[in-house]
Amino acid sequence: MREITYRQALNEALAEELERDPNVFLMGEEVAEYQGAYKVSHGLLERFGPRRIIDTPISENGFAGLGVGAAMVGLRPIIEFMTFSFSLVAFDQVVNNAPNMYTMSGGQFNIPITFRGPNGPAHQLGATHSHATENFYASVPGLKVCTPATPRDAKGLLKTAVRDNNPVLVLEAELLYSSKGMVEPPDEELLIPLGKAEVKREGSDVSIICYSQTVPLALNVAAQLEEEDISAEIVDLRSIKPLDEKAIFESVTKTHRVVIVEQDHPFCGVGAEVCYRIQKNIFDALDAPIIRVSQEDVPMPYNERLEKAVLPNADKLVAAVKQVCYA
Amino acid sequence: MHPVEQRDEVEMLSLMLLIRRFEERASQQYQAQKIGGFCHLYIGQEAVVTGAVAAVRDDDYIITAYRDHAHALARGTSPDACMAELFGKETGCSRGLGGSMHFFDKQNHMYGGHAIVAAHIPLAVGLAFAIKYRGEDRVTLCFFGDGAINQGAFHEALNLAALYRLPIVFICENNLFAMGTSVQRSTSLRQIVDRAEGYDIPGEIVDGMNFREVRDKVAEMVDSIRKEPHPAFLEVRTYRYRGHSMSDPASYRTKQELEKYRLDDPITRLRAQLTREGKLTNEQFDLLDKRAKETVLAAVKFAEKSPQPPLDTLYDYTYANGAMEPGHHRPEEPAQKRREGAPSPNTD
Ligand SMILES: Cc1ncc(C[n+]2csc(CCOP(=O)(O)OP(=O)(O)O)c2C)c(N)n1
Repeated sequence: MREITYRQALNEALAEELERDPNVFLMGEEVAEYQGAYKVSHGLLERFGPRRIIDTPISENGFAGLGVGAAMVGLRPIIEFMTFSFSLVAFDQVVNNAPNMYTMSGGQFNIPITFRGPNGPAHQLGATHSHATENFYASVPGLKVCTPATPRDAKGLLKTAVRDNNPVLVLEAELLYSSKGMVEPPDEELLIPLGKAEVKREGSDVSIICYSQTVPLALNVAAQLEEEDISAEIVDLRSIKPLDEKAIFESVTKTHRVVIVEQDHPFCGVGAEVCYRIQKNIFDALDAPIIRVSQEDVPMPYNERLEKAVLPNADKLVAAVKQVCYA
Repeated sequence: MHPVEQRDEVEMLSLMLLIRRFEERASQQYQAQKIGGFCHLYIGQEAVVTGAVAAVRDDDYIITAYRDHAHALARGTSPDACMAELFGKETGCSRGLGGSMHFFDKQNHMYGGHAIVAAHIPLAVGLAFAIKYRGEDRVTLCFFGDGAINQGAFHEALNLAALYRLPIVFICENNLFAMGTSVQRSTSLRQIVDRAEGYDIPGEIVDGMNFREVRDKVAEMVDSIRKEPHPAFLEVRTYRYRGHSMSDPASYRTKQELEKYRLDDPITRLRAQLTREGKLTNEQFDLLDKRAKETVLAAVKFAEKSPQPPLDTLYDYTYANGAMEPGHHRPEEPAQKRREGAPSPNTD
């Protein structure tokens, strides 16, 4: 194991998959000559050439659709959205074409495509540039959605996504790109299956269920809670869809108390689904109602103080944990 | 009354100076972390929006992308409100909720400030549609970058405007780059203006470093549109001196290229034209520049001492209250303090 950044981990995953399979190519805005808007594709043009690392005009609907078409005849496109806020321009391709094709063609055309890029609020980018899209996309049958929080998960999940025979969205996060973590050495194949959560910290009093940017938040809060003698277990979903019910239920059966901390909006958010499944399947394991901490139900304001008030944060999470623990 | 004669050129020069000094201060304040998010500067392109507004009436509609500070200033939004918006203050032109990329000023007919590339071009067509629908003689000016012309929204919007013969001038601010991608690398045409031909929209190219050329061409188009509504397309060749945004070192272009354009500076050019014609002395120019600098400095002070939007207004601008009144975009009664039953903080 060695320590690398989340950005480097994604870069390694891309390079390894491009190396392994000549059908894999990377396409998106500024991915080649500019080396990626967030430098995730740094060095790939030089290594793999312009046939496989392809700059596009600002035409998200066009190049996402191009990817779906290329996948119909067996290529394995990796389509980068500069951010997932811009994927909304390509919503029709991601939601209507990619996931429906396999069903509509009676199983003739599966679509092995990866859509990736940063997702979720960053810092003061305002309403159009701060979308957390995981709940939109996870609600679509035929799409898979993963949300890596650490460099190791980023690498392992992206590689798995590229090999999957279905459309997979890898939702990265701008604020995580420079974060560091331990990852297996490059000569060791690292594949992390979709639909497998990971307990990032063991605990006994409360399960904090999180993903993506809320994982580091939950880990910080867990350390803080320890000083107050509350032992929090941190369950990182890693994939939103498929959802690892088993891991969630195991943790909740142990702790009996649940807080879900998510980066999307409260109405029909990811936590609503998780919450439903817990109460339906293991109602008797619960000692308190489940609480969700999410964004406020408003378009993102630019003002820094208001933005902070909209986002989940440590204070809100601590308060929620104390509420479920009746502490 | 011909609009071209309405605007005094010295005044327009001082507007260009105001824009430049505003952007320089914005850059400095961004580095001092008084401004957050993405921030795109207009330095080098001043003659484009200045020339265009010099050719229209105050009640004509204007809409643009995220490189929008200059468009608001040119429309008459106060430098105070513009700087306060960058600072995220309640006194900002969008109450500190929009930020650099989302300037709005209803009173001055500035309809944004839009950060999704090309997403505002259909909106512009909607503004123009409303003009024709109401039988007014206004015109919409829609500004966008060279990077926007490859989005579906652009193409659909041009076709609609041509089909319905709407009163709109599409103004492509061709500064040769969309982020790090040059026009040659993004666009299949040799020249952008040819896009218009495909929709049977009359198109022209002008030198965007020359205020007079921009003004006269826009005036000519607007004149024709007021007589009989139709769309027109103007490719304005210009250049941005700075990187795409504050975080872009712009290493994809050469120093020589930048220097070449700097020598053709739009402010220097108009100044030289006016000086040659005996309409401006060096002392007068220095005074204009001094005033621009003072105005902008005052705007920074204003922004600094302005209050933040109060926390309890968080839910005030998610939904408009009440029902629509004819002729109003949103009802005028004050917004409800807080959405009823809104969780605080949101934990459910
Ligand atoms: C739909 C969409 N895709 C990508 C982006 C990211 N982006 C912001 S500005 C920009 C370049 C646009 O260039 P251009 O239209 O030429 O305008 P300029 O910046 O030169 O004013 C890109 C790719 C975006 N904001 N919206």
